[in-house]
Amino acid sequence: MSNVFILADFAAGKATKTTAELATAGARIGEVTAVVLAPAGSGAVLAGELTVGPISKVLILESDDFTKHGVAAAADALANLITEKNPVALLVASNAFGKEVAGRVAVLTESGIITDAVDVSADVIATQLVFGGSTTVHSKITHGTSIITLRPNSLEADHSATTPTIESAPALVGDAAKLATTTSTQPPVKGGRPELTEADIVVSGGRGTNGDFAPVEKFADALGAAVGASRAATDAGWYPHSHQVGQTGKTVSPQLYVACGISGAIQHRAGMQTSKTIVVVNKDPEAPIFEIADFGVIGDLFTVLPAATQGVLTHKA
Amino acid sequence: MKIAVCVKQVPDSWAEKKMVGGVLDRESVDAVLNDLDEYAVEEALRIVEAHGGNDEGAPHSVTVISMGPERATEALRKALSMGANDAILISDSALAGSDSLATSKVLAEVIKGGGFDLVICGTESTDARMSVIPAMLSARLGWAQLTFAGKVTVDPAAATLSITRVTESGVDEITAKLPAVISVVEKINEPRYPSFKGIMAAKKKTIETRNLATVGVSAQSAWSVVEDAALRPPRAAGLKVTDEGSGGEALATFLAEKKLI
Repeated sequence: MSNVFILADFAAGKATKTTAELATAGARIGEVTAVVLAPAGSGAVLAGELTVGPISKVLILESDDFTKHGVAAAADALANLITEKNPVALLVASNAFGKEVAGRVAVLTESGIITDAVDVSADVIATQLVFGGSTTVHSKITHGTSIITLRPNSLEADHSATTPTIESAPALVGDAAKLATTTSTQPPVKGGRPELTEADIVVSGGRGTNGDFAPVEKFADALGAAVGASRAATDAGWYPHSHQVGQTGKTVSPQLYVACGISGAIQHRAGMQTSKTIVVVNKDPEAPIFEIADFGVIGDLFTVLPAATQGVLTHKA
Repeated sequence: MKIAVCVKQVPDSWAEKKMVGGVLDRESVDAVLNDLDEYAVEEALRIVEAHGGNDEGAPHSVTVISMGPERATEALRKALSMGANDAILISDSALAGSDSLATSKVLAEVIKGGGFDLVICGTESTDARMSVIPAMLSARLGWAQLTFAGKVTVDPAAATLSITRVTESGVDEITAKLPAVISVVEKINEPRYPSFKGIMAAKKKTIETRNLATVGVSAQSAWSVVEDAALRPPRAAGLKVTDEGSGGEALATFLAEKKLI
């Protein structure tokens, strides 16, 4: 049976749900080994987090170089492991860290790379939604290990319980991967809301908020949603740039996307039109965003959202 | 200090894009300098301006480098009009359809031979959106990687730099010795508009065109192939109601019926 590696993805010491998604995609291709890159002494704890998804084996590589030298160290250790074990594929989460690690590993192992896949088949054909989700592309890698980054929240993960065998391997990090040094690290400020790209529900505000995101945030909290923003809103300084959804921001694909006071220029649609259900609140009946809405309310978000928030809380009670 | 800024000409990010024969149709859409690369050009200019500038005779210079078809000179000209000193375009019919690995190989070769101390890139191009070229350049050159910078500080005398890396994983402070490859996030700065003087000056600046033979690398075919590409069916518009006092409640009811709450 083919051997597939996934790079286990953690946030604040917990396995993210993307890790189970990577395992689910990997298990279609072959037997899944989850690689855990851990600071010295914490491999066993992190490995113990991998309790769901079709993971057959966990391979722990421990080194403080991962904390000190970031992407380059992670990529070097992974590349050395791949050269030795020769898996058919390496699946990595499509976030800033994962994509850069994948890029370096591709160079170091002379392997092809595909980023932002939303699905991977048993014969290692990756599906991508490109040009803002307007076009579906199927592609495959023709050289080396198939290195594929998988966009979070794109496929239905197998969450069945697992008890993988746990092994360790040496973390081989060369001097060329130690040229940049991380001197301090601050975890992201979560504010109690889910991570934008992983959230099941995203509520976004745009120009129509006039800078007041309070009704958007209240509706998001009633739904347990992440908060997004259009480029117009982040450019105006109304909401942090890290929350921008669109072509030059994040791409999200939640179960439900609620666009409030967002006209729906191509730039924005590119980041959200693969959402399963789209709901729109906008004063302008001609706003192009209504063209892709499953449900649209023509109205002022400052009256519609508080009423909808109340309605959601009543339904939940 | 010699700074190289890697830029790409891309279809206007506001335009509809389509595939022809497994690759992006670049002919039918307006082509512009990648939005996110403007921040890289601006940051390079700010770094040299903070340390004596890049006018003739000054100790620093900024070179813009791009790989692409002949018409990518327009994107390079834009960067020159912002204030970069000169530009290199690598253009060769054998490079059509290159993937990120082939592109980074060619760019690294040009950078290697250019006596540069620092390479600055945007975080991604708005067409392919891979975000891997800066990391690949760092790996190929064997230079330090300091990417997704929300802030950059360079000390040319000590040949060191430090950045604040801003990603979904948090905020990291990273330091290294030159030479290095950095990428800068959107909003690190406000890119300047080319002045009239800058536009006139750019017309006199040199854009050196090289092909694979003059760069000294052989073409490498893409290591990923497109099996098929198809337009997705457009989303059909659904129900639309006008709020006359009960719009919010109707929205909540829709979500409940869809079992989304």
